[in-house]
Amino acid sequence: MSTHADTHAHDDDHGHHHKETFVTKYIFSQDHKMIAKQYLITGTIMGVIGVIMSLMFRMQIAWPEEPNVIFEALLGKWAPDGVMDADIYLALVTIHGTIMVFFVLTAGLSGTFSNLLIPLQIGARDMASGFLNMVSYWLFFLSSVIMVISLFVEAGPAAAGWTIYPPLSALPMAQGGSGMGMTLWLVSMAIFIASSLLGSLNYIVTVINLRTKGMSMTRLPLTIWAFFITAVIGVISFPVLLSAALLLIMDRSFGTSFFLSDIFIQGEVLHYQGGSPVLFEHLFWFLGHPEVYIVILPAMGLVSEIMASNSRKPIFGYRAMIASILAIAFLSTIVWGHHMFISGMNPFLGSVFTFTTLLIAIPSAVKAFNWITTIWKGNLQLNPAMLFSIGFVSTFITGGLTGIILGDSALDINVHDTYFVIAHFHLVMGISALYGMFAGIYHWYPKMFGRMLNKNLGYLHFWVTAVCAYGVFFPMHFIGMAGLPRRYYTNSNFPLFDDLANVNVIITIFALVGGVFQLVYLYNFFSSMFFGKKTVQNPWKSTTLEWTAPVKHIHGNWEGEIPHVYRWSYDYSKPGYEEDFVPQNVPLREGEEELQH
Amino acid sequence: MTAFLTIIIVLFVAVAIWQMVKIFDLAQVNTDESNTGVATDYDNKINAYLMIGFLIFIYVITIVCFVKWGDLPLMSNSASAHGPEIDNLMIISMVIIFIVQTITQFLLHYFAFKYRGEKGKKALFYADNNTLEAIWTIIPVIVLAGLIIYGLFTWTSIMNINEDDDPMVIELYAQQFNWKARYSGQDNVLGMANVRLIDLDRANILGLDEADPNAQDDVITTELHLVVGRPVHFKMRSQDVLHSAYMPHFRAQMNCVPGMVTEFGFTPTVTTEQMRATPEMVEKVQRINKIRVEKSEALVAKGESALDTYTFDYLLLCNKICGKSHYNMQMKIIVETQEEFDAWMKEQKEFKNSLN
Repeated sequence: MSTHADTHAHDDDHGHHHKETFVTKYIFSQDHKMIAKQYLITGTIMGVIGVIMSLMFRMQIAWPEEPNVIFEALLGKWAPDGVMDADIYLALVTIHGTIMVFFVLTAGLSGTFSNLLIPLQIGARDMASGFLNMVSYWLFFLSSVIMVISLFVEAGPAAAGWTIYPPLSALPMAQGGSGMGMTLWLVSMAIFIASSLLGSLNYIVTVINLRTKGMSMTRLPLTIWAFFITAVIGVISFPVLLSAALLLIMDRSFGTSFFLSDIFIQGEVLHYQGGSPVLFEHLFWFLGHPEVYIVILPAMGLVSEIMASNSRKPIFGYRAMIASILAIAFLSTIVWGHHMFISGMNPFLGSVFTFTTLLIAIPSAVKAFNWITTIWKGNLQLNPAMLFSIGFVSTFITGGLTGIILGDSALDINVHDTYFVIAHFHLVMGISALYGMFAGIYHWYPKMFGRMLNKNLGYLHFWVTAVCAYGVFFPMHFIGMAGLPRRYYTNSNFPLFDDLANVNVIITIFALVGGVFQLVYLYNFFSSMFFGKKTVQNPWKSTTLEWTAPVKHIHGNWEGEIPHVYRWSYDYSKPGYEEDFVPQNVPLREGEEELQH
Repeated sequence: MTAFLTIIIVLFVAVAIWQMVKIFDLAQVNTDESNTGVATDYDNKINAYLMIGFLIFIYVITIVCFVKWGDLPLMSNSASAHGPEIDNLMIISMVIIFIVQTITQFLLHYFAFKYRGEKGKKALFYADNNTLEAIWTIIPVIVLAGLIIYGLFTWTSIMNINEDDDPMVIELYAQQFNWKARYSGQDNVLGMANVRLIDLDRANILGLDEADPNAQDDVITTELHLVVGRPVHFKMRSQDVLHSAYMPHFRAQMNCVPGMVTEFGFTPTVTTEQMRATPEMVEKVQRINKIRVEKSEALVAKGESALDTYTFDYLLLCNKICGKSHYNMQMKIIVETQEEFDAWMKEQKEFKNSLN
């Protein structure tokens, strides 16, 4: 195996410690652990912005056109006398979506945990290319900065929805936000995609080449499988979004007609001819749908690992879990059309996409059942990370099930673009992925910062969040089925929807409570960095390699030799052992069977 | 102001609870075990019971939503021929979802409760069972196969516009931020049109080809009148950005795309009058008017004018983000008898007579 030779060559590189300055250690760091923390903190800051935006537009929906000092304070000229402007409402919705999907749940989640865990769990000194890793983070940082700057543009930030469908996004005269705001959005996203591609390529190369001795693909923890496949999907689909963005930039700035045709706006005919907005929808969703799996797969990986560790039981159906990740990854690239059933696309194509879409329910169901079986007859350690993992399975099921309605083209006709969709995707990929991320943070915080998070604050955080998440998104299904369209600034122009107004107030109150309680988490996160209880090397008694590394971070991860691996990562409560876990670097005993499923 | 007060209250509650947790923390500080940040038997027990509490919460919120808002969905009162097909499929899907949701959430939370960790207990080493996995692969396969087949038949029959029924051809024309309907007139053929032919000075607002004989008898209106029982073949156009023609009561929706013509067809089966008289609708309208009366009282107290009393009408809404006034892009739909329709149509101007 050439892997070994590579690993050893790598050993020599990092065996000795070189002096580091503040800049190389904390800012332009090439150490994967530091880069992971940089991703996490940048993602957290973006997340705070995204959540505050959602709370603002939720207040507008609940109490439409009522003056609100918060709007006045935060939105300035966009909220004259404290009444939110309709344009900024759409901008908030748009940027909330963009930030949460890309900056928090893609970069914040994958960026943090792929970087932290891939080298540590496969037994590598660092990523294959520390330099590219650093570049990847700084491109992400740059794109975040540009996205935030775009909020302060004179005519307003991008406001065409996070899907930025042209012509709305292409024509500055169609909407204020489609001017400089949209330009910055596109630039930011282009840089983001470059960052994501560099990161993904690095993850793929690292997993393939730098596994330690004995770490075969079927001994990898499911986290690594999930990150690996996520990176593969990213590499396949993100370039397509880049091409869509570039073509859109050309339509906007150079007068081409890729997506535009026959437009009469504000009293004049535009020259565009022959393009089609439907083409943009295809390109966008060719990334857009795999994107939701880019968001959810890492969360699934983290949850699988945390559930096994805290159940003190092997993950049930290890091979089936890998197979379902592969099946989901494959299917995710051929279902994008279910976002376009009523886009004017040929109905026959709609039938094909209905078929492929509903197939995804099968591997998803397998995963859900396997998680449930994993906790069956376990010895559950209900740490905050475990609670978030159980919460993940709960919201994943609740949100996933309504997918069989939305994926069914005939049913989609009537609930497309209503609050039913909002409820569905927030539960299944928004809240679930966020839970996966929280679970990961609670579990690996000791690895990242050498200190423990306060568990009581963690419990408080989980239970309030769990109740509020259902309180916000469960009732949304019903107002969606009642026909309420999404992205409406106010519903008061439709007396038909008057009896939904009180539902919207309830939803907003749950959202506010849930949003405010994230402060508990933020306090815990930042204060524990300095005042948290010092951790021991393996606080959760886990089997994976990261817990064999010293608590103190060193460049190169392990003092001395990299541990060798002799077994899979799920030997919890294995009969014949005194302890209820056997780390991967413990050799098999004489006559011991490697129960590898 | 309500919003602001709410936030203040929420903030205070959060701070209060946070402080309580800190007290709780400090009280525990002397017990070594609880201070490590790892769950103790006590934590496991508390959280296990909370899991059961949470399971009950999920069930309660489900029941409350169905009882309180289950009648909001437009399920029982579709107004088109294909509506019941969609509704049936929806109900079947919902029943399946409901069953799976109830069972799996029970198992998940109950297991989390039952198998809570205790010192000295050991978990069962149970890594695989092919039979079990085969079962829960095959069951979803069967259920989904049924849903897929049923769904595809429904979809095909809805999307297949049958020209043999002699449908009335109507164009739905979208622009920021209103709708127009164009009737094809006596010949039932829409005249050629393109946005490049729009001439606002001549009031040719939809860009009809003035030379096209088929265009002469076209009629452009701002209300959509349909004949009960007569199939309609909609052809959608948009002049500026994407819009979506959403007619929820008819279970109908199609995007309007600049540069192309999209299509949808359905047969309205219930007139506006009939729909207003159905018991569900009477009840819904009463409920809405009660809310509007309450709101009006508050408005009048502030010196503003009261809200109108609501009467039910079918609506066409825009359901694709299209700009600032997206939230108010609507058109009234009236379903009526042939005689009423003819009388209304007589009052409308044909295209050739409407030009300046």
